[in-house]
Amino acid sequence: MASTSAPAPITPHGRAKLIALGRATKPIREASGMARFMFWTGVGITLFFVALAIFAPLLSRYNFTQYASGGHRFPQLGHPSSAHWMGTTVQSSDVMSRVVYGAQTELEVVAIALAMSLSVGVPLGLISGYFGGILDRALVLLMDALFAFPYLLIAIVIAFVLATSSIGGGILTAAIAITAAYVPLYFRVVRNHVISVREEPYVDAARALGARPRTVIRKYVFFNVVQNVPPIATLNAADAILLLASLGFLGYGIQPSQGAEWGYDVSRAVSDAASGIWWTGLFPGLAIVLLVTGLTLLGEGLNETLNPVLRQRRFGRFEFDEREPREEALLDQ
Amino acid sequence: MRPEAVAPQPEQHADEEPLVSIRNLETYYSIRGNFADRLVGREAGVVRAVDGVSLDIRRGEVLGLVGESGSGKTTLGRTLLGLVQATGGSVEFEGREITGLPERKFRELRRRIQVVFQDPHASLNPAMTIAQAVGHPLQIHGVEHDRTQLRARVADVLERVGLAPAEAYLDKYPSDLSGGQKQRAVIARALILNPVLLVADEPVSMLDMSVRAKILELMVALKQDFELTYLYITHDLATARFFCDRIAIMYLGRIVEIGPAEAIYADPKHPYTQALLRAIPEPDPTRAVPRDLPRGEVPDAASPPLGCPFHPRCPRAFEPCGWESRDLRDLLEFRWARLAGEPRVEEEQAVVGDLDVLDKPAPEVRLPAARGRKPEEVVALLERIRAEDPQEPFWKGVARLEASGSHVALDFHLPQEPRLEPVGDVSVSCHLYDSAASG
Ligand SMILES: Nc1ncnc2c1ncn2[C@@H]1O[C@H](COP(=O)(O)OP(=O)(O)O)[C@@H](O)[C@H]1O
Ligand code: SF4
Ligand SMILES: [Mg+2]
Repeated sequence: MASTSAPAPITPHGRAKLIALGRATKPIREASGMARFMFWTGVGITLFFVALAIFAPLLSRYNFTQYASGGHRFPQLGHPSSAHWMGTTVQSSDVMSRVVYGAQTELEVVAIALAMSLSVGVPLGLISGYFGGILDRALVLLMDALFAFPYLLIAIVIAFVLATSSIGGGILTAAIAITAAYVPLYFRVVRNHVISVREEPYVDAARALGARPRTVIRKYVFFNVVQNVPPIATLNAADAILLLASLGFLGYGIQPSQGAEWGYDVSRAVSDAASGIWWTGLFPGLAIVLLVTGLTLLGEGLNETLNPVLRQRRFGRFEFDEREPREEALLDQ
Repeated sequence: MRPEAVAPQPEQHADEEPLVSIRNLETYYSIRGNFADRLVGREAGVVRAVDGVSLDIRRGEVLGLVGESGSGKTTLGRTLLGLVQATGGSVEFEGREITGLPERKFRELRRRIQVVFQDPHASLNPAMTIAQAVGHPLQIHGVEHDRTQLRARVADVLERVGLAPAEAYLDKYPSDLSGGQKQRAVIARALILNPVLLVADEPVSMLDMSVRAKILELMVALKQDFELTYLYITHDLATARFFCDRIAIMYLGRIVEIGPAEAIYADPKHPYTQALLRAIPEPDPTRAVPRDLPRGEVPDAASPPLGCPFHPRCPRAFEPCGWESRDLRDLLEFRWARLAGEPRVEEEQAVVGDLDVLDKPAPEVRLPAARGRKPEEVVALLERIRAEDPQEPFWKGVARLEASGSHVALDFHLPQEPRLEPVGDVSVSCHLYDSAASG
């Protein structure tokens, strides 16, 4: 029995998965105009930085902490040259290496922070929104209080507390600081959406079928709520880059020995600018602007293609109208 | 069209236990007030969506639950399904009390009681294929886990509801189907567990006119096929006629008339049933025509009328029907709206004081005259209104109308709530048929 049934289920199931994937990406494939442009430009820029991060050891001639090569110390505040395409800093480190390795740091921190804030904020929002009651009220109060704080402040406090603890001022600390700042946002978005999805007849139908709350949340609520998350997460990633850079700029971010970080580099370059040294600040600054722009375009592109309300507005009519002719066509058969 | 050509035997319940037995069922919704109320946990009020309903659903019958929107039909169905908690009363299913049953215990019952909601589009999870959606009940109840078997059973039930060939639908998403096809899939999902009772809450009212008859015919066929009992909820007495063995007419949370469908159609007793029947446009009952129901709208279930809930709209209402302060306000405001623009409206409004005192439901009214006016003038005005239309049922309710000190004293006959009592083949809740009140 087991031997005969083993291969068979794969086909329909695998097909269903393929169909699901096709359906999920359909709005993106069918996107047009501005949304399409934004999405693909964002994808391009983001992939560029991902490539920088992955191939940093290959792309960059020096390590980001290196200030000498082959026994020769790099020049201090050296102009961009063939040896140092983006010049060197006052500590003699190579600006280009720091920019390239910086992509690694930024993306790592943001990826970890996003994963953590999603894995805390989304389940909390799901549970709070679905069950309601006292737990919900308490969580909403807490999250709203956190949300009311400037998130930079929260991040600074967390970063400060952790940096003085045993964890130190590394990537994890920065990621946790950013996580704490974003959990309330995911919580709110997910919880509010769950509250409306919870009232949908299909959720009632699932309850009437006898599904346990866990099943209802996983199979009926979750899928219809997470659709909102990718655009928000992408936009948040852009925001998180800025937050990380701000932390670095203020001296609460990644310690220079732990990783190259653009915000920190910009802060060190502030004094250079006054004396006409533009390269130490310009390149890391450009990198921040470019990556943030890329992620924002990607997020807005996703938002516009995935968010049904925006989509309807763009077409200027509701989905309802689309269904009518089809229904008639089926009746004619 | 009805499966049995023979008339269903009326009131033959003594020997056979009903499938569902509902007694004095109450389901209230609390409506929360503003933020301050919520802070102290105070409830701003309750909506008595189901307010003392008693009825039986017999094995194998189609019981129609008919009433205008807002009369509490959906709430009654949801209480039966355990989706909302009953406030009071009892529901017995196969002899077993199910109100207050914890969800864990209710779960096994859900294989036996299933539901089809009004909106087929919203009843299906947009993120599930038809195969997943229709097969999920089997997984939930641990009946079938093997994927191939599951798929085969889904395919089978899809074909039985007319989605054939099933292969063409299994991997579709709800958004790929038409309204009628979606409702078929919803019915398939409800039937895959082989339930005994199907609650169908306006299953065709959101469908295209041309699909409605087909879905109803399907439901008739499935009833035989699956040996089902239906609670068929609808606002449309016309489709109920074609479908139901017995009919319960619901108004503001109560059953006002219940009995065999033939009897209800041939000789409606309750004035509300009579009005509903008159509102069915002949000869083509599927055409949408605005209903010619009695004046006014369904009152707010949060503060229902005293006495008979139908009395403000009842053309035959008389002394005991529950006349009260708010009826006076309605009378005056309805009159002024009707005469809008005429100079006497302003004169009349200048005589009568603040009408807000009438908002508190009471069978005695102390209405002040407007500033600088005498209560005698108000009495004279009311008498003039009475003289213009003495047939207006409102005046039957007035026991005393005179100036008294600085007020107008207006006393109504004491309100009495009608009870559901047998009259011939049916049971009716109306003072016209209860000898104590009308005699
Ligand atoms: N979830 C709810 N909360 C508060 N009031 C409700 C809720 N659902 C229904 N009601 C109220 O209960 C009454 C009955 O509603 P419903 O059962 O939906 O009637 P019907 O199905 O006959 O239209 C209405 O006055 C409605 O406003
Ligand atoms: S009791 Fe009967 S007569 Fe009186 S208001 Fe109600 S329906 Fe009309
Ligand atoms: Mg309803």
